[in-house]
Amino acid sequence: MLKERNPDLSRYVEPDRVRKEVYTDAEIFEREMERIHETVWIYCGHESQVPKAGDYCAVQIGRQPMIMVRGKDRKVNVLYNRCPHRGNMIVGDRKGNTGEQFRCSYHAWTFHHDGKLKNIPMMESGYAGTRYGKDNPDCSMKKAARVESYRGFVFASLSSSGPSLKDFLGKSIVAFDDMCDRAPGGEVEVVPNCFRVIQHSNWKLFMENQIDALHPSVTHQSTGRAAHEVEKILAKNAKGGEALSYHMLSAFATVTIDKWDNFQTINYPHGHCILTGYMGLRPQDPDTKAYDKVMIKAYGRKRFEEIVGVNIHHVLVYPGLSVQSPLQQLRAVRPLGVDRTLTEIWHFRLKGAPEAIYRRSLAYYNLVNSPATLINADDLENFWKCHTGLSSDGGDWVSFGRHHGRDIEEKGVVSSGPNMGTSEAPMRNQMKAWAKYMKEETRTP
Amino acid sequence: MKAQYDVEQFLYKQSELLDTKNWQGWIDLFAPDGIYWMPPDASYETWDGQPAIFAEDKNLMTVRMLRVLHPDAWSQRPLWETNHVVSNVSILKASKNGDVEVRSRFHMMELRRDDVRHFAGSYFHKLKKTKSGYAIKLQRVDMTNAQAAYDYVLQVWV
Ligand code: FES
Ligand SMILES: [Fe+2]
Repeated sequence: MLKERNPDLSRYVEPDRVRKEVYTDAEIFEREMERIHETVWIYCGHESQVPKAGDYCAVQIGRQPMIMVRGKDRKVNVLYNRCPHRGNMIVGDRKGNTGEQFRCSYHAWTFHHDGKLKNIPMMESGYAGTRYGKDNPDCSMKKAARVESYRGFVFASLSSSGPSLKDFLGKSIVAFDDMCDRAPGGEVEVVPNCFRVIQHSNWKLFMENQIDALHPSVTHQSTGRAAHEVEKILAKNAKGGEALSYHMLSAFATVTIDKWDNFQTINYPHGHCILTGYMGLRPQDPDTKAYDKVMIKAYGRKRFEEIVGVNIHHVLVYPGLSVQSPLQQLRAVRPLGVDRTLTEIWHFRLKGAPEAIYRRSLAYYNLVNSPATLINADDLENFWKCHTGLSSDGGDWVSFGRHHGRDIEEKGVVSSGPNMGTSEAPMRNQMKAWAKYMKEETRTP
Repeated sequence: MKAQYDVEQFLYKQSELLDTKNWQGWIDLFAPDGIYWMPPDASYETWDGQPAIFAEDKNLMTVRMLRVLHPDAWSQRPLWETNHVVSNVSILKASKNGDVEVRSRFHMMELRRDDVRHFAGSYFHKLKKTKSGYAIKLQRVDMTNAQAAYDYVLQVWV
């Protein structure tokens, strides 16, 4: 536990291991919300979630309830979901359209879509001569310090200083390029309704698991084997149509633990990571051929080959986003407490691509990411078991020693060594970024 | 009256198969092209081409069954039990050939380790009359809390 008032948390992180309190201590959680989630760029949502003026979605950034809303000027604003009068939340729903203005349900103060005070009932008689009124910024809804979007993906930072979104993302920006480039028009749109799943563990266990190449064949064996059985029967009956989604599932068993060393992780500053590994999305069926045709028409053959040849399995944008760009889906992490984490899982449609391509990734979205998931259920079980185990006195450290000392580092970019895809380099890299963030407060109001 | 009785008996049997973990028996209730569907939102009108909590044909049901029965399905090993109650059964449409469309309501209590959860909602069944009784063409399951954040996921059919 935290005995000192201001402990140097970097002492909790060694190059190849981390103290258990980093996952289980409630005070550390509060501090990481301040210094990490409520400071850096956090994903809010996609612009297509709020197409019309007044459309809004509720978003959690760290511990802060926020609103992402489209203004009449088409701008997407991110505001604190809090009334400047007496603190009431402005919206209670997760999404909707607020019309011309926000209207507080308590005493009817109204606000423009950018949060500016519009009116107060009987403002003149009630406030003349006081310090309250339209000229006082304290009477408007507070805005996120910074909002930027990249290719339709909206991020906010609650700190007015710090790197720009592009600098923050660095190479991990490929997540959004790879996703959008796969659309003939270079754009994606959100598929309405995300899946929301709660895990009983610290949020970092999720981030570590997403690029953990060591676990799939162990954790997800049962589904891999089951899908493989059915896949064999289907192949015998030579139907073949559904083959791809079965194949994605059976890969969890057929790609055995030793083969995962063929994958590679590339780790970047700020804790971001790319897990390479081609997802085999280029079968030669009529649907793929039709898609290729539209893409070649849009981009030319050379650029098309580049786009569909991108070698990505997952991109992790630390601390809160995991993107599977070749399948157009992402998971946003919303920490609820030191031992509870919500993930929102979204699917996107490639604008202008044939319906069959959408359906292909939809199948994966449903099978892997729905609340009835055949895959994540076993991850969730591990998360809970990990968190419970870490809360015990059975040991003080979490080990990240696999292939430690064999990473290849060049200009701040750390790659797992050749044929060492199961290296725990991504966890070491995340914790390095974590320790740096936790060392000092960098948030400015 | 006869159809009402037969439909009710059929729904009771389905619940019993689930609660006794007779997965193959449950899958066998479906017609060869039958679909089990749980939409994430009540406004959805088709299972096809949209996000779904479940949208399974018999092949996918078989994957799910084999997975749950696999000894290394880690999350499925601890004790869990369910108890379904089906009621409010009303036949919405009855065709001359004996096919029916039925709405009913369910309540399911689930025990997992020491935790109890409750799920409730409505079923919509399209049942085809066959020589050996009804076969399910479509089973739509609308959970009252379909849009809720799931505190742990569902692993078998509701
Ligand atoms: S609290 Fe919002 S108007 Fe009073
Ligand atoms: Fe996993």
